[in-house]
Amino acid sequence: MNIQSPQPSVHDKTTLTIIDVDIHPKTSAGDLRPYLSQRWWDYLKTYGTRQRQGFQTGFAYPKSQPNAARRDSWPPGGGLPGSDLDFMKRQFLDAYPIEFAVMNPLSPTGQGDQNDAFGAAMATAANEFQIHGWHHRDNRLLASVIVPYEDTEASVAEIRRRAGDRRFVQVLFRSRTSEAMGKKRYWPIYQAAVEAGLPVGVHVFGTSGRPASSSGWPSFYIEDMAEHACCCQTQVASLILEGVFERFPDLKIVMIEAGFGWMPSVGWRLDAIWKRLKDEVPHLKKAPSEYLREHFWVATQPMEETENPAQLLDLMGWVGWDRIMFSSDYPHWDFDDPLQVLPAGLDAEKRAAIYSENARKLYRIGR
Amino acid sequence: MPPPVHKGVDCDVHPAVPNLKALFPYLDGYWRESFIERGIPGFEANTYPPNVPLSQRPDWKETRAATDVCQLSDQVFRGAQTDFAICNCLYGVELPFSEDMGRVVARAVNDWIRHEWLDKDARLRASIVIPMQNVEFAVDEIERCAADKRFVQVKVMATQETPLGRRHWWPIYAAAERHGLPIGIHPGSTYRHATTSLGWPTYYSEDYNAYAQAFQSQIASMVCEGVFTKYPKLKVVILESGVTWAPAFLWRLSKLWRGLRSEVPWVDRPPVEIVRDHVRFTIAPFDVPPDARTIARVIDHLGSEEFLLYASDFPHWQHDDDDAMPPHVPKTLQDKIRIDNPLATYPRLKEDAA
Repeated sequence: MNIQSPQPSVHDKTTLTIIDVDIHPKTSAGDLRPYLSQRWWDYLKTYGTRQRQGFQTGFAYPKSQPNAARRDSWPPGGGLPGSDLDFMKRQFLDAYPIEFAVMNPLSPTGQGDQNDAFGAAMATAANEFQIHGWHHRDNRLLASVIVPYEDTEASVAEIRRRAGDRRFVQVLFRSRTSEAMGKKRYWPIYQAAVEAGLPVGVHVFGTSGRPASSSGWPSFYIEDMAEHACCCQTQVASLILEGVFERFPDLKIVMIEAGFGWMPSVGWRLDAIWKRLKDEVPHLKKAPSEYLREHFWVATQPMEETENPAQLLDLMGWVGWDRIMFSSDYPHWDFDDPLQVLPAGLDAEKRAAIYSENARKLYRIGR
Repeated sequence: MPPPVHKGVDCDVHPAVPNLKALFPYLDGYWRESFIERGIPGFEANTYPPNVPLSQRPDWKETRAATDVCQLSDQVFRGAQTDFAICNCLYGVELPFSEDMGRVVARAVNDWIRHEWLDKDARLRASIVIPMQNVEFAVDEIERCAADKRFVQVKVMATQETPLGRRHWWPIYAAAERHGLPIGIHPGSTYRHATTSLGWPTYYSEDYNAYAQAFQSQIASMVCEGVFTKYPKLKVVILESGVTWAPAFLWRLSKLWRGLRSEVPWVDRPPVEIVRDHVRFTIAPFDVPPDARTIARVIDHLGSEEFLLYASDFPHWQHDDDDAMPPHVPKTLQDKIRIDNPLATYPRLKEDAA
């Protein structure tokens, strides 16, 4: 947390390579202008974004530091953290042995906007900019298909627009959808993702417009952050119990920036409930934990900090060594240093799986 | 004198109000007439629809389990695992939007519990149910009932209009602490919000699952708002919650606290430590796969032998044996779960046992 990076230069001494499945290049609204129609550019300038929360700028829960960014991640030449590729290279991409990094732009992307048509136009523009503004300048940066998930039809169209373009490696949701992701309204999006051969990434945040907890609005940012895990637990339960994976057996889901310690418990709890209430969900052909084990991947950050190392190894084993992918969350404050974060004592095979091979396989990188 | 605790305490059993008429002796004329005139069918919460398999264990189904004291006592104490049982009535006193209606129904339920249950079996204890519609009314009800030492806890539903740590609830905690009453939080919604933070899910299974998330929200709220800093003697019991979500949640909250503690400076030590001092969990359901190795690891993750309290969750169907104790729990820990931990959590029980 707020690590002052020592600018390591280790990669010339090691064979370690890293595929980081969650970084946040920052795009400004102005960057998107070439990819927006005049109508939507004018709309953006006049009406702005309306993200189901009260503030014109900033967040419902103010962050603990500007832009939730590492304090050392502000580019010396100006601009927001994550906005300057050269500085990002110097501080992160080249400072560590980063082979590839998956971009998960969070705003402005139109996701969750009250105006569906505007959201769709913004998502398309943000996807264009990932290619032209980032990937073309450094082809280690892989893109996510940002979908305006509250508008199913537009989301499907956006996925089809990118299908076959291997610079895009996943479809990207934010976790606070206006309804749980298992609901049928979202299913065409999963169908399009499966057809395009893309996993669906679910990155925490977003604004559903509903209270962040089922007992109303908490007061603090720390609670807002804790709630992300609860939100993802609800998403997992919904996706499994609604039968999404019976309908789409090839669908793969990646939970991003949610941690993973909560995940084994969700499987156990759902199994216990299912044992009693099977007749409510006759479309399920096996125990919920089996769907969980088969269809879900996790990104590591924010890495779990257990009280002793054996507990962390338990959690990782329960989630599955073939399901855990390293992520740093660069340039955010709770960045996990690639060289510090994995528990000591993992064998070479497990380290390679987490640092790169699980991601290489899931995202079909280089294939 | 009640019997001493030799065998243990069942911290979660559910007597059910058989029908609204059963409460009529405890309502004044205006409300009796009002309920009849308006055709109000009762205040049964939809958290446990009666035919859902979780709501009643098959062999506890003859007549309507838990509406009759003899039957409940017979079944709860049958396996002779406990000397006391704590009655948590789940009647929906927190559901009506009318504060006045909430108040009279809560009062009626507490009086009914006292006369129809506590007076009839010396082994029974109970939680005070309170009208969460209005904090002043809730505190009044705690004060009204607290003189009767057989009330050992204050019980509220898991999801409310606002998170339970919010400061406007604090007079309830002040009253509970003053009287040595833990706050029991039980699955159940006041339905002021959707049952998940992502709206209304399709299946009952999801509603039930969602209480694990609700408990995480409530513990985070109570810790972060500073409830336990303000009320250092307050205990909270998370009832019928499952336990496996707790360690990862507490580690996550503690990690976040290390990064964000400047936002909540009154939280002066890691949340996991605060929770280990103030919060307890009942063992039914025990949502761990029943293999010895996993159970041993989960117990290690819980990190405290004081965390767990024995409970049958009668008449809900969580387990099939008379004994709700999960397999593979070491004998010394079993004794703590059955006897020592409940006595340490409920000071009023300890007075009885002395």
